Amino acid sequence: MGDLLWTIVLIPFLGSAILAVFGAFMPKKIAGTIACASIGIAWFLSIIVAIRFVETGTANVPLYRWIYVNGLHADMSLHLDALSMLMVGVVTFVAFLIHLYAAQSMYAEDGYSRFFSYMNLFVGFMLILVLAANLLVLYLGWEGVGLCSFLLIGFWYKDIKNVHAAQKAFIITRIGDTALAIGLFLLFREFGTLDIQTILSNAGRVLPFAGATAAVIGFCLIGGAIGKSAQIPLQTWLPDAMAGPTPVSALIHAATMVTAGVYLLARMHTIISMSPAAQLSIAVIGTITLLYAGFSALTQVDIKRVLAYSTMSQIGYMFVALGVGAWTGAMFHFMTHAFFKALLFLSAGIVIDSLGGEHDIFKMGGLRTRLPIAFWTFLVGSASLSALPFITAGFYSKDEIIWAEWSSQLGSIWLLAGGLLGSLITAAYAFRVVFLVFYGEAETEVINKPGMLEKLAVIVLSIFSIIAGFISLPKALGGFDPFGRFLSGVLPHQPAAAGRSGLTAEEVILALSSTLSILGIYLAYAYFKNRLASEALGLSPTGIRVHTFLYSGWGADKLYDRVFARPYKALATWNRNDFIDKFYSGLGALARYANHNLSRTQTGKVRNYAAAVLFGAIVIAAIVLLR
Amino acid sequence: MSSVPISHVLILAAILFVIGAFGLVVRRNLVFVLMSIEIMLSATGIAFAAAGSKWHQADGQAVVIFIFATAAAEVAVGLSLLLRIFRRLKTVDSDKLSTMKG
Repeated sequence: MGDLLWTIVLIPFLGSAILAVFGAFMPKKIAGTIACASIGIAWFLSIIVAIRFVETGTANVPLYRWIYVNGLHADMSLHLDALSMLMVGVVTFVAFLIHLYAAQSMYAEDGYSRFFSYMNLFVGFMLILVLAANLLVLYLGWEGVGLCSFLLIGFWYKDIKNVHAAQKAFIITRIGDTALAIGLFLLFREFGTLDIQTILSNAGRVLPFAGATAAVIGFCLIGGAIGKSAQIPLQTWLPDAMAGPTPVSALIHAATMVTAGVYLLARMHTIISMSPAAQLSIAVIGTITLLYAGFSALTQVDIKRVLAYSTMSQIGYMFVALGVGAWTGAMFHFMTHAFFKALLFLSAGIVIDSLGGEHDIFKMGGLRTRLPIAFWTFLVGSASLSALPFITAGFYSKDEIIWAEWSSQLGSIWLLAGGLLGSLITAAYAFRVVFLVFYGEAETEVINKPGMLEKLAVIVLSIFSIIAGFISLPKALGGFDPFGRFLSGVLPHQPAAAGRSGLTAEEVILALSSTLSILGIYLAYAYFKNRLASEALGLSPTGIRVHTFLYSGWGADKLYDRVFARPYKALATWNRNDFIDKFYSGLGALARYANHNLSRTQTGKVRNYAAAVLFGAIVIAAIVLLR
Repeated sequence: MSSVPISHVLILAAILFVIGAFGLVVRRNLVFVLMSIEIMLSATGIAFAAAGSKWHQADGQAVVIFIFATAAAEVAVGLSLLLRIFRRLKTVDSDKLSTMKG
């Protein structure tokens, strides 16, 4: 299996290299074909690997020695187990569909081959990240996807705003990455190795349960995860990251890269569960983020920013799941989210393209009949996002998390309340967009129609947004759960709380969350029907204040600007004239002073020069004679 | 025939050289500057001749001839430059010729 596994990783890199070197000289059709083919082949190979994986099971594939320095042994090696198999499958599949979509939607853009070179590079790094057997290799992939995210957010680099968005994303995730790096150092100090499986199997022996070291390591890993996954307090980069092309938002900032934090924590679950404080903080961060982002999404006018906040919110759900020990639930929601959020972004991309680049949902409207393909797929995506009961994938994955918030030993009524409130808000903001964009009066002319590949991508993703849920049914609905069994070898079951489980409780919570999501949809409908009334409410002084507050993401950008950016700038300005600077500017001043005075001797009068020569000669003669 | 002591000759050469140097620094008229340079060259010539006679070496006289040749060439070039300067700038005052200062 090893030979196939490394080809999966290699092929996207190969595609990227070919496009980077020869892309400028090839026609767009060939560049697009190479890009799609490389990801397609990777996807195809991952299916073969999956089939073999079911037969042979977990595999460790050392490729070569990477770093061998006094005690630090890091091999470039890949590890395939159920968790990484799931990630590889989802990443290659979603990436392939998005590449197909992008091959068509980006066709008119300059830098077509550059775009695909970055995209292939991203998939390569993402595969390294999920397949890494070693934390150092994981970190390589981790930084690689961050780099590609930076490159692709700033893809339209001629607009300075996009460049700033890219820098913001890069810098803010770097804060998390630094925490992660410190976590790796600490792990190496404690375990003497960075091999993930060794660390996981020795965790119980090396680290004392609930000790300070375990907590520090746990918090460092969480720091890395929240940076990458845009959770509070490192969340501000994600909405701005929507400056990139829509396929990028779909692939990197919704389906795959931003969930890398979830993957990291699930991968290191043994370490995380060694520290209850760290694990509780994951649940709390997740709950706060999902409510924060949900409320912000309610007020956004840019369709992509709604989806960005919704991504943040859904990753919040995954974090809650990790926090209560429902590792499988988090991965399940990751998978369904990858499908329906990629779908939502791609349909939104179709809408945006067909309206000639319009992002404002209030300027859309009435697209139900004019863009039926976008309408139906967006509807499926929104239904799945809102967890519409029984038929959508999002329902099963989100319900599993909400149930775990109650039934887990680590869960509590507060987490449950947050999760339920979140599902109400989710449905409301999702269907607010649906009603505003697809119903009502037409505001903008449709000038483009989606192409074949774009349609294919959204239709396939719609199908998966529905059926992907049926592989993990709750016990109350029969408990058919091949997904959970698939992952059970890697991820432990959640610790059940005494007295809180039971079918009745599960049915009640199931009914409650279903009702809330339908209620949320109804709220969105009511808002849309009485738009004038609700807008009048929004125009009252309090309404405006609340709206502005939520619209700006609870003023997070402003707050960070006040608390971090400005004091830092002030400090830097104050420290501008420090000792070293003084020394060098002193040198400069001395040179300028000397220059000023010496240039006065250049009088242009020959007599003066002759006198100077004579004087020098006399001095030399005097020295020679009197010595 | 009593020979002149070499110290006298050298003192004469020194006096001449100082007169020349003084003229070079003090005079502004380029004709006099050239003359001052001639005086200084002659002074060194005298010193060489005296040294040649003192140690009975022909080198001293040979150098004097070299100096005369150099002086002649220098005067030729110097005077022609001087003429060109006068034609163009209507002055031979060296202090006024400072248009090329940095």
